[in-house]
Amino acid sequence: MAWLLILVPLLAAALAFAVSSPTLRAWILPAVGVLHLGLLLAALGGWRTLPINAWFGLDALGGWVLLVISVLFCICAFYAPAYLALRPERDHRVLSTCLLGFLGLASLLAQARHPGIAWVAMETTTLVTAPLIYFNHNRRSLEATWKYLVIGSVGIALALLGTLFIAYAAHMGGLEEPLRYTRLMENASLLSRPWLRAGFVLTLVGYGTKMGLAPLHTWKPDAYGETPGLVGALLAGGVTSCAFLALLRIYGVVAAAGEGAFARELLVAFGMLSMAWALVFMIRQTDIKRLLAYSSVEHMGILVFGIGIGGLAAKFALFHLAANALVKSVLFLSAGNIHRSYASKQLPFVTGALRRTPVSGWLFLLGFLAITGMPPFAPFLSEFSIASGALGTGHLASGAAFLVLLGGIFLAMSETVVKVVFGTPSAQRVRTPYKDAPATTAPLIAALALALVLGIWMPRPLQAMLDQASTTAEGALSARLEVRP
Amino acid sequence: MLPDLLIALTMLSNFSLVATSRVSKAIQFAVLQGVLLGLMPLAMGLGRHFHIVLLAVAAVTVKGWLIPFLFRRALKQVHIQREVDPYIGYTVSLMLCALGTGLSLLLAHNLPLKPGTEYVLMVPASLATLFTGFLLLVSRRKALTQVVGYLVLENGIYLFGLLLVEDMPALVEAGILLDLFVGIFVMGIVINHIRVAFDSTDTRHLAELKD
Repeated sequence: MAWLLILVPLLAAALAFAVSSPTLRAWILPAVGVLHLGLLLAALGGWRTLPINAWFGLDALGGWVLLVISVLFCICAFYAPAYLALRPERDHRVLSTCLLGFLGLASLLAQARHPGIAWVAMETTTLVTAPLIYFNHNRRSLEATWKYLVIGSVGIALALLGTLFIAYAAHMGGLEEPLRYTRLMENASLLSRPWLRAGFVLTLVGYGTKMGLAPLHTWKPDAYGETPGLVGALLAGGVTSCAFLALLRIYGVVAAAGEGAFARELLVAFGMLSMAWALVFMIRQTDIKRLLAYSSVEHMGILVFGIGIGGLAAKFALFHLAANALVKSVLFLSAGNIHRSYASKQLPFVTGALRRTPVSGWLFLLGFLAITGMPPFAPFLSEFSIASGALGTGHLASGAAFLVLLGGIFLAMSETVVKVVFGTPSAQRVRTPYKDAPATTAPLIAALALALVLGIWMPRPLQAMLDQASTTAEGALSARLEVRP
Repeated sequence: MLPDLLIALTMLSNFSLVATSRVSKAIQFAVLQGVLLGLMPLAMGLGRHFHIVLLAVAAVTVKGWLIPFLFRRALKQVHIQREVDPYIGYTVSLMLCALGTGLSLLLAHNLPLKPGTEYVLMVPASLATLFTGFLLLVSRRKALTQVVGYLVLENGIYLFGLLLVEDMPALVEAGILLDLFVGIFVMGIVINHIRVAFDSTDTRHLAELKD
């Protein structure tokens, strides 16, 4: 089963590259998305103990992250055929191949039980997602691709050095390869402290670059701004989740070694800085896709902030991964529709979206309310729980700052969003033939509905999985052996 | 000792890298570094382990043959010979490189080595090479020279990895080499697109996107 999750998307990627009919190729995406989700749900069906020396396998943490990515991929994949039909001038052979390749590599990363393998999967993910950013084949997207490639590669190189540092920490402690996560966590007390700490800082910087934590996020507004909404959604909810998982695995080892306090301080600081930085750049932001990119920087900050606080907040940081991915897909895809309709993504050209594209306009507005923490959507539950987790554990200053930043971000974002959705469309602006159709809005409605349901009710198996995942993330040894087949 | 000699040569090539204005020379030094490091495990007397010999062969093939091939192809396409007007001049670059090397020695001094490790120069040389790669990445304008910087950065990491070469899983090592190759391959493709779109490979043109 583990191999199928990896091989099915990779083979489908090869198939997508070979198929010559654009329509048929576009429909491979949803077909594989559903198949992958089905396989994953089957794999998550029953608890079983994974042999301790396994190289690959899904535990609760990897399973949770892969579930989020798989659902997100389905949403984007069902949107893709209609979107790609709107862009007949652009060949999407490379796009479809790379999207499917990403799904296969995400499955590899989620199941990797060795930090080296996880690193290789993460680096390859960077390489297959770079062509996605170049989809529009113009100068602007080329600039964005180059920055993504160079900054991402350097970041990920630092993560490799960090991983090697941790391997050396184990080497000094007398541990022998293969240093799978289980062995590292079990013998964490033997690891050499200076190397472990330096290794954590490097992996935080490295994988943090891939997540887009400030101040290492500079590629993000460019990449998300120039790429189709479809790709933006998958980058903001999928690639970032992969990097977050790779970072969490290392954090688990550090926490198991008793160096958690050191790591948590860094995570809280990075989280706050990312939120504050995003807030500054959201003020008077005129480009809607760049606005969403800064929102992504903010939410990556929320994720690491939650992990840094720990306990309840860590659990809801993992929940927030799903909430953010779902709502970001609504936002990026509706922004993509609005972009199609106005042939622009900039204020002041884009105004009155509620009149011109009512469904996408409403989805963009509701998505904005959901992501900024309006109840009863899922992000409200996670943001509220992270804040109460912080305040409840005595982190009064950081908890209060967290709430203030959330409030500021709501205000900063609302200024742009209000101008985009309300008002009257300017008469001079050329009208493109784009009209909201069920094919370009139904996947978004489904994603928003899912975010609404998760905000109110969480199925029991998911609850159990989330509990297990958060104890694993925090380096608890008791959770170590309960691994899914 | 042979390993120490190779490490010293690597550190010397760092200085040559930041001092040269010819792009083809910079590529040659980076490749030379890669080959020297690829041969290191054999110089360290690990030739008796079959998988280490295999990895050394793979590393030398990728860094001494495949990657230079990609660079030669890119050079032919973009017709550039010199790095003109870098952000940081050559003299300042040299001084920064020396400063970085000094700091690396200082930093490595604070990190304990496993008792009995012979190669005390490995960690500072690795950090110094890493720093040189960074310097090239941020101080040069030509996209191709920035890729050279990335390669040098990877060389630095590879040098650190040599401390662990005896028990690193071959799967991981092979994956790292493959990713390096594919990464440079993809960067080469993007550089060619940049040349076609802008009629130049100067990254100064890539400054349209900002807030």
